Amino acid sequence: MTHVPEWLLTVVIKSAVLIFIVVTAFAYLMLAERKMLGWFQMRVGPTWCGPWGLLQPAADAVKLVLKEDLTPADADRFLYKVAPALAVLTALLAYAVIPFGFYPDGHPIAIASPNVGILFLLAAGSIGVYGIALGGWSSQSKWPLLGSIRSTAQMISYELAMGLAIVPVVMLAGTTNLAGIVAAQARHHLWYAVPLFVPFVIYGITALAETNRAPFDLPEAETELVAGFHTEYSSLRFGTFFVAEYVNMITVCSIQTLLFLGGGDGPWVERLPWLSVVWFLVKVAVLLFTMIWWRATLPRLRYDRLMAFGWKVLLPVAALNLLIVAGIVAAGGPRG
Amino acid sequence: MNRGPFFVLQAAYGLVVGLLTTLKYFFSKKATIDYPRVPYRHAERFRGVHELRRYDDGLERCIGCELCAVACPANAITVIGAENDPHAPVSPGERYGYRYEIDMLRCIFCGFCEEACPTDAIVLTPRFDIADFTRDRLIFGKDKLLVRDPLTQHRANTESAAETEPGVVPPAPATPPPPTAVPSQPTGAS
Repeated sequence: MTHVPEWLLTVVIKSAVLIFIVVTAFAYLMLAERKMLGWFQMRVGPTWCGPWGLLQPAADAVKLVLKEDLTPADADRFLYKVAPALAVLTALLAYAVIPFGFYPDGHPIAIASPNVGILFLLAAGSIGVYGIALGGWSSQSKWPLLGSIRSTAQMISYELAMGLAIVPVVMLAGTTNLAGIVAAQARHHLWYAVPLFVPFVIYGITALAETNRAPFDLPEAETELVAGFHTEYSSLRFGTFFVAEYVNMITVCSIQTLLFLGGGDGPWVERLPWLSVVWFLVKVAVLLFTMIWWRATLPRLRYDRLMAFGWKVLLPVAALNLLIVAGIVAAGGPRG
Repeated sequence: MNRGPFFVLQAAYGLVVGLLTTLKYFFSKKATIDYPRVPYRHAERFRGVHELRRYDDGLERCIGCELCAVACPANAITVIGAENDPHAPVSPGERYGYRYEIDMLRCIFCGFCEEACPTDAIVLTPRFDIADFTRDRLIFGKDKLLVRDPLTQHRANTESAAETEPGVVPPAPATPPPPTAVPSQPTGAS
């Protein structure tokens, strides 16, 4: 038997476990969203598959797998088939650096904890647009093309404001290491959502736009574009896009938790380090609930207003806020 | 758009009001009726699946007059009448409905048959769930339409009388309730 380096084995096992957890979380996030949207609309949501509809994700999966996998005759076959995989791959990529909590010895529970964690997350998020853009473009169909153009413009526009909302966190924490940022918040006993409330809100808004969620779901926009960029997709490829969307939801909420809500920080964490995972998950769940809440509440923005909002409101406010925070930090204010 | 100095506050206020509105419904009682598991009952006057009634003594009300079939705007009703056997009558009177079929796929549930019936034999009930897999099975004959048990019918009659709203005088029956002696008095010379 050939020698496998121990670190490689560790990473592979950790990744496999993590992917399993995340995909299961995706399945139940989808069920939770359908349930909650139902409750928001005085309905009950799925109730037939298993107790309280808990087996609905399994039924959906079976249905999707059994569907015919269609490829449009004019499609760019290679890109058409690669696009969903690309989307889900970049969505899962972010989990390589997200610390879910802390071991008793203070090390972060994560596959990797690079010093440029935030940059890695931003990069992974930027690549995420490729899956959608290529998927819509390679379908050779009108609605997917419009959807992918919209999504490209939207994601690039809102990424700027998102980046500017993250920079103040880095300035206050004095590190781009995600575990370091969480540790800095725990050290000061102050979650950055309090001093950096404006970036917190801006990040929340851009997170909705980045994941193409209502009210920024223009790339999908059922009422205008059929299903947007994945109109032509069926069967498992459609399901893959679905996985990517929901995994991205969990990702942005995890990042928001890490940057603004103190990650795994919470009461009694010093005595019970494993509790940090629970706190982290609770915070992510609350943020996910808020995302679904927004979806149940707000109608979709018009496209020009979406662009105007991103460029004329979010970007200047984020930039101004960055200047103010930079001034305070430079004047000798709080630092990591 | 009005962009006064408090525009942002106004917008934020609007968002909060919207969020609280949806949250109110999140916790409110759900409007969904868990239908097949929880049976749903339409109002008593809902025009659903038909029913062929009997008299309290078990005799069929239908006399095979075909007035319902004539009144039917969708030509959904087929009636073939026959002469009663005086010694074992199916209905009081000379004739009875030998075959009585309603094509539920043609029926528009207008209730004209109910109006046309001189003996109140055919009535529309609140029952509505009659989906099936073949067209044949949706042509309802007497086996499906006829009320089976006279006792059940009797109970239904008394219950519906009890459910009548106070102050509303129940309409007089179109035909006087048949004396039980009728079967023993053959009217036709058949």
